[in-house]
Order: sequence, then structure tokens, then C-alpha cells
Amino acid sequence: MEIPYAVKPRPDTGLYNAKLGIWLFLASEVMLFGGLFSSYILLRVNAEEGAWPHHWLNIWLGMTNTFVLIFSSVTVVLGWASLKMGQFKRYKFFQGITLLCALTFLGIKSVEYRDKFMHYEVHLKDGRIADGHLQPAETTDKTLVLEGRFAASHAELMEGSLHHGGEPVIEIPRDQIVSMENYGPWHNTYTALYFTLTGLHALHVVGGAIVIFAIWGPLAKVWEQDPERYTNRVEVSGLFWHFVDLIWIFLFPVLYLL
Amino acid sequence: MSDLHSPSAAAGAADDHSIEQGRKRIRTYLIVGVALMCGTVMTVWASLINFGSREINIALALFIASTKGFLVAGFFMHLISEKKMIYAVLSFTTFFFLALMYLTLFSMAHGNIVHIR
Amino acid sequence: MQPAAHTESRARGPHHEEPGFWRKYIFSTDHKIIGLQYGVTALLFMFFGFCLMLVMRWQLAYPGKAVPVVGKLLFHVLGAEVVGKDAAGNVGVIMPDLYNSFGAMHGTIMVFLAVVPLAFGAFGNFVTPLQIGAPDMAFPRVNMASYQFYFLGGVIMFASFFIPGGAAQSGWTSYSPLATVTAGSQHPNGQTFWILGMVCLINSSLLGAVNFITTIIQLRAKGLNWMRLPFFVWAQFVTAFLLLLAFPPLEAAAILQLMDNLLHTSFFLPTGLMVSGQALHVSGGGSPLLWQHLFWFLGHPEVYVLILPAMGIVTEIIANNTRKPIWGYRSMVYSVMVIGFLSFIVWAHHMYLTGMGTHIATFFQTTTMMISIPSVIILTALFISLWGASIRINTPMLFALGFLPMFGIGGLTGLPLGFNVSDIQLHDTYYVIAHFHYIVAPGTIFALFGGIYYWYPKMTGRFMNEFWGRVHFALSFLFMNLIFMPMFVQGLEGMSRRMYDGGATYAESGGVVGLSRHIVGLNVPISHAAFALGLAQIPFIINFFYSIKRGRKAASDNPWEATTLDWQTPTPPPHGNFSEPVEVFRGPYEYSVPGHARDFTPQNEPDQPEPLPHGNPLRS
Repeated sequence: MEIPYAVKPRPDTGLYNAKLGIWLFLASEVMLFGGLFSSYILLRVNAEEGAWPHHWLNIWLGMTNTFVLIFSSVTVVLGWASLKMGQFKRYKFFQGITLLCALTFLGIKSVEYRDKFMHYEVHLKDGRIADGHLQPAETTDKTLVLEGRFAASHAELMEGSLHHGGEPVIEIPRDQIVSMENYGPWHNTYTALYFTLTGLHALHVVGGAIVIFAIWGPLAKVWEQDPERYTNRVEVSGLFWHFVDLIWIFLFPVLYLL
Repeated sequence: MSDLHSPSAAAGAADDHSIEQGRKRIRTYLIVGVALMCGTVMTVWASLINFGSREINIALALFIASTKGFLVAGFFMHLISEKKMIYAVLSFTTFFFLALMYLTLFSMAHGNIVHIR
Repeated sequence: MQPAAHTESRARGPHHEEPGFWRKYIFSTDHKIIGLQYGVTALLFMFFGFCLMLVMRWQLAYPGKAVPVVGKLLFHVLGAEVVGKDAAGNVGVIMPDLYNSFGAMHGTIMVFLAVVPLAFGAFGNFVTPLQIGAPDMAFPRVNMASYQFYFLGGVIMFASFFIPGGAAQSGWTSYSPLATVTAGSQHPNGQTFWILGMVCLINSSLLGAVNFITTIIQLRAKGLNWMRLPFFVWAQFVTAFLLLLAFPPLEAAAILQLMDNLLHTSFFLPTGLMVSGQALHVSGGGSPLLWQHLFWFLGHPEVYVLILPAMGIVTEIIANNTRKPIWGYRSMVYSVMVIGFLSFIVWAHHMYLTGMGTHIATFFQTTTMMISIPSVIILTALFISLWGASIRINTPMLFALGFLPMFGIGGLTGLPLGFNVSDIQLHDTYYVIAHFHYIVAPGTIFALFGGIYYWYPKMTGRFMNEFWGRVHFALSFLFMNLIFMPMFVQGLEGMSRRMYDGGATYAESGGVVGLSRHIVGLNVPISHAAFALGLAQIPFIINFFYSIKRGRKAASDNPWEATTLDWQTPTPPPHGNFSEPVEVFRGPYEYSVPGHARDFTPQNEPDQPEPLPHGNPLRS
């Protein structure tokens, strides 16, 4: 016996199986990101006064990425609509753009991540704090070269808009360094949350893109055999993609703007 | 293979009504897409304004984000015309998510003997 | 255009080739095979977890003495850091760290690798599609993937014993900061393996949950409306929702704790933490309580995941062996839904001693008291179902009957724990251990044993031996009570959990106040009962394998004369289960209906025409 309602909807629920399945899965994803958002709120609300950084991320890159994902959401649903109207080539076109958007998003994300890993906070023996981006070409065994400045206080480090852009090159003799740490997840609670939330989100972008690609590429022959089943698969993968966009819509202001 | 001979074209393209429906749909998607882009610009612009209290910035950013979220969920994910079963699943999910968030926050907001920093 | 018959679809038409061994038994997408895979793997893990406990019980009864039989083996496999020598120079003494890791893994394995996979993965998979008249689960390949994730998680958990530093030691609850600072900075360590194993298990459960819910909603046979579902299916349905929505926050927490362990973040590490006299080199600013909230948000619904399928199994067995409809079926259905809902908002009763404040504690206390009501309703309905029944005594029924008072004890002893005031005395004592073991061991596990004896003839066409089944029941019942009843007494006096020497350090001596000798001394008979319980399982294991080929043959496909659809199939059910679409005409427990010749009417039997009144000239 065939499994019923794999393609045609069941009359009393009005749903085909995969539609219900994906929404159930998305419900679990709401709880996953919900748990993470709750953790973010909790850790932020209970943080010490002045310990939470602001404007440590490039708003324009973040905004661009937001545009990229929104755009890809539009192309994904246009792709599905094309299939509904029987226009396979159009679907291929739109979905191809979706995949390009996914790559763009991940590309911009990696640029942002690298920026953080190159950004160092250096504590010197004389009590000063140097803060800036490592210049690997000029750095030697004896001297650390940063493009940055000396911060007057820890509080100054927390306000990102005070630096970034046109900073001088500082040379720091390594024997003057007490400790140095880059802005990786270990740096403080904010970076920990930033990397975890955006990292998990990026994994979902990768996963979604792989599924969309698989349906678009190797599995495209199903369109010939069973167009309704194929359209359903595209719809279901599109729902996942929209969810990924939805999460970013909240991540962007929460991490970049507030 | 031209689109006109593709499998469901026989069912779809021949029907003017569903083509019209399709065009309406696409129009809706494009309008929502533009609205989302505008919403993004507004979010950034609003965050740069100093309202005096941080709470207002936060509330505004979340309000705009929620509106964008509703647009994506309602129109792109077709939630606005979904079936009862899906609404039921999502209602319970929302309730439990809010319970997790608020109960955890309330339990750690006051009454703490040990400073949890 | 017609869909192709056999490319992406699962149709097994009459001309389809028989799959080879690997496709049929290892990479199967058939829910019955997957159910069996879950069952076998889960029983193996249950045995392993049981063995861990036996070693722990030896240490508790005879602290500092070498473990007989396996002591030397443990020494050779796990090394001298964790297995020491006793005063006489014999090798094989369990050191504190090893005790802690056995304790943590006993809990983890029993809950996540044994009981839930057996109750939900095995019984759920095997029986649910049959009971709703479906050909298989809605997503057979997702089903296979969910077993594979489970298997992978199990392998990771098992492997963790053999890596440097050994398995996780911070309790099955893995509280931060201990879970992060333990085992120093050796990576990857047992805690990391634990987290990775949990991520696999959580994903397995999520996939399974999506499958179960979709299957039950979408694939019910014609005529099988919601109030005609066997209670077993209702129980699995609610369980699936619990898994779907409660596990993800734990997955989130696991990711955060993994970041803490491997990438030196401080999600759960507070500022100023000192370890071994040195400040920990982390950013601080984290919250240990956050871990607890996220963990218990899953942890509490998890215990309902442990009990609901068991209630489902017991209900099926009782209905069948009382030859009566279940009393209060509707109430039971509403109760199980209420339990599912409330179970999400009671979790912080596990955290009464964390200083939450009286308002929040009162909230959780209230919801905790409320959730006991539907649980009592279900138990009461099952008890009342026995009233006026022609009770058929057989091994499944013995286990089902035994379940009732045992779950009663377990549930009732939860009440003093649910009140935050009395919990001050009882929290983290052996009272808690006794409470939850009563529910899971002579509770759930009895139901699972009963289920094995009950559905065995459907899987194999033969019965397990009845005499040895009754022996298994009687001995297990006796020894489980001998193990766990004294633990209530120990806990009431204040004996703490997780003490590797069984409380010897805190025993009274020389006028110093402490645990009485009597209380600490109870460890010995408890441990002896545990060893005896292990021996009592031997007849079961032998019976299980022996009866596959040599058991008494079942006279028909429905030897228990049951009404539910799972018994209206060939034995064993073929691929696709039903040769034609099923139609259901009545409720699940139409036993002893007046006026019918037989004392049971299967759900899918077409309606008989109404018998005409006596004296009607049309009657032939």
C-alpha cells in the first residue's frame, strides 16, 4: 500500500504530509532559537552596568546581509509560484538566484568573522590597553603591529562607534604585553552570544541551501515524473528558507543595533 | 523543453483564472519584499536616533522586527491562509516559548541570594 | 501524468524485488524493523546501564572493597587512575571519580538510551502504524535516519568510557560550572562526548516526534476518528509533542555548554570562579542557573515521556485481559492532553533550592500540584476498569497489574517533593532516588516488560513461556521493592545522593551527629536485592531468545482475542501491513458487548445487521 496523502492533501486536515511535517519541525526550531534568544535576554539583562558592548559590528555589512536574505526569500517564493504555474525554467532561474544569495550571505559573514578574529585587545605592562586589528604583514617575533589606538579606559572599549576607521598603526614590543586576546567567542558574553547565534544561524543557511540545491539540481528529474510532488518539495524547502530569513530579521537588530 | 509543454502547464496554463491568481500572488510577494527592505532601512535609521532611553530603541526595533516577521510568516510562508492544524501547533509553540522566556526571566530577576553575574 | 510506481514513492507493488539483507534489516525503512532495531539496541543499553548500577551498588555496600568478578577487568580496561587497590592489595576498587562517572552515565543511559528508545522508539514505531491502520510511518526514510542518529549517539556515549579521563562525571544533569571545569582542560573529554552524544539523541527524538505526530494526524484509517483511537496511540501522540517542543531548549543549552567547554566562553560560568585555588581564565558574566532552567525545561517533560507510553501499554493490556472497555476512556484522553500541556510549566520544582524567590516557587508549586490531578485520574480509571471484570491472569497482565500500585507509590511520593517547603528536607536525598525509580523501574519498565510479553506473539507467532514469565514478574516485583522502599527511609533521614561511599563519611561516630548506622547499613540489603534483581532477569533473557523458535505457537493471528487493529494483521505483519485500506467502525475496546456472540469485536469488523426481534415473520 502507498503511503496516503504524501502528495494530495488529506480532506479533513487540508494538508499533505510533508507540509505538516515541516511546520512541526519549524515549531521545534522556534523552541531552539527561542531558548537561545531567552538566554541572550537573560544574560544581557543581568549583565553589569557598562559591561555590554555597543556597535561592535559593522551595521552596513549587517544591513546588506539582511537585504540579501530578504531578496532570497522573495526569489524562493517566486520560484515556487513559477512551479505552480508550470514554468519550470523560471523556477530554475529564481532558485539559482536564491542559492547565489545564500553564498553571498555566507561570504559576507566570513568577512565579518575574520574581522573579529583579527581584532585584538592587548594589555600592556604600563597599564595601557591597545585595541585594534592585527597587521600580520608587519608583525614580527619582537613586535606586534596593530591598526588601532590606545584606549583610555575599559568603558571606552565597549563603545564601538568611538573607533573603527582611519586609525593609526601602533607598534607594541612583545615584551611589554601582559595579555592579549582577540574578539573571539571567549572574549566576553556578547561575542560568545554573537558567534553562537550567528554561527548556528549560518549552519541553518548552509543546510537549507544544500537541500534547495539538491532539489534544484540532482533531484530535478522528479518534476518530469510527478510535478505535484516536486512542487510540494520546493514549497517545503522554501518554508524552511523563510524561517531562516525570519530568524535573521530578529538577529540583525538584536546583535547589531541594540 | 519549453514551459508551455511542461507537465502541469496542461492543467495550469490553460486555465486563465489560475494564471490571474498566479500573477496576483507574485504581485503580493513583490510588494511584501519591498516592504521588508523598507522595514530594514527603518530599523537601522530608528536605531541611530537617540530617544533618551534605551528602552524605547529596544521596543521600536523589536516592533519593526516583529512586523517584518509577520510579513514573512503571513505572506511568504502562507500562514495567513493556513489550516487550523498548523495554527494549533504554532499557538502551543508560542505559548511554551513565552513560558520558557518569562518564567526563566522572572525567576532570575529577583529573590536571588547569590549575585548571578 | 501518472506518478511513477517505484522511483521516489514507496509503493511496493506485486512485482517489486525483494531487498537484500542490508536493505531489509540494517538500512530498513519499514517501521516494524526500525522498531525492532530500537528495541534490541535499547535493551542492550538497559543491560549496560544496569551493570553500571551493580558496580555502584557494590561500592555503596562495601566501600573500599575490590569489586569481585569484574574488578580486575575494570582495572585493566580503565586504568589505575580510576580503579584502585583495597587494603588487602586486591585490585578493583571503584575510586570516587569512577563512581561519579558510572552514576552520571547510569542515569544518562537509562533515560536517553534505554527507556525512552524502548518505550517511544521501539513500541511506538512497531505498534502505532498498525493500530491506526496505516501502511507505515508518514516519513519512512526520516524514521531510518532517526534510528541512525540514536545509534550514533549511543556509540559516542559508550565510547566515552574509553577515552582519557573517562566518561562524563557531572551527573546526568551536567550542571555548570562542574561540567565545564571537571577533567581539567583535557579535550575532548567525557563531557564533550556527552554533549555530542546528547545532540545526536536529541536530533533523533526530534525527527521521531515529527514522524509520529504527522503519522497519527494524517494516516489514521477511514472511520478512525480521534475518540476511537486506542489509548496507546493517544499516549504516543502526546509524548511526541513533548519531545518536539521540550528538547530544543536543551539542544540550545548543550551547544552553549559545548562552547563553554571547548571555546572557553562563559555562558554558564559566573565571574570570579576559582578552581583549585586559581582564578579561571574566562570572561565570566555567565549564569549557572541558566543551564538549570534550560536543562529542566526538557528534564521535566522528559519524565512524562518516560511514563506516558507505559500508561498506554498498560491500558491496552488491561482492556484486553479484563474483557471490558476501559472505564473513563474520555477522561483519560483529556487527562493525557492536560498532562502534556502542564508538563511544560512545572520544571522549576527541580530548582526549589536555588533561591528563586517565593513568588516563582509558588507558581511552580501550584502547577506541580495541578499536574498530579490528571495523573491520578488516569490511574484511577485503570483501577476502576478492573471492577466487575473477568480478569484473565497471564504474564502481561501481571506486569500491568503490578504497574498500578507501583506507579501509585512513585507518584504519591512525588507530592512532598512538589511542595517547596518539604522539598527543603528531601531535595537531593535518596528519597528523590526512590521516588523516581519507583516510577521508572517497577513503573515504566514493568509496563515495557508487559508489552514485550504481550506483543511477542504478533512479532514471532509464538508465546513466551508463561511459567518463567510469572517467575520473572514475581522476582522482579519483590526485589525492586526491596531495593527502593528502604531508600525512602534513608532519604527522610537526610542521606544525600551521589555519595560514592554510601554515606560512610557522614555516619555518626564517637558522639558526632550524622547518619545513623542503621541507615547507612541499609545499603547492604539494598545492594543484595539489586544483585538478586539482576539474577531475576536471566530467565527473561533466556525465555526471550528461546521462545523465538521454541515457544508455544499462537493458534491464530489474534491469540489474545484483542479488538485493536494491530491484532487484525497477518503474523508477522508484512511490508505495508494491510493488503487493503482499512475501515474502522467502532471504538477501541468493544469487549463483552451484550448481544454479540464473541466477547470482543475488532475495530475493523463490518457492522453486523441488527438482530431482528423475536417472533418477526421475516426472520429465517
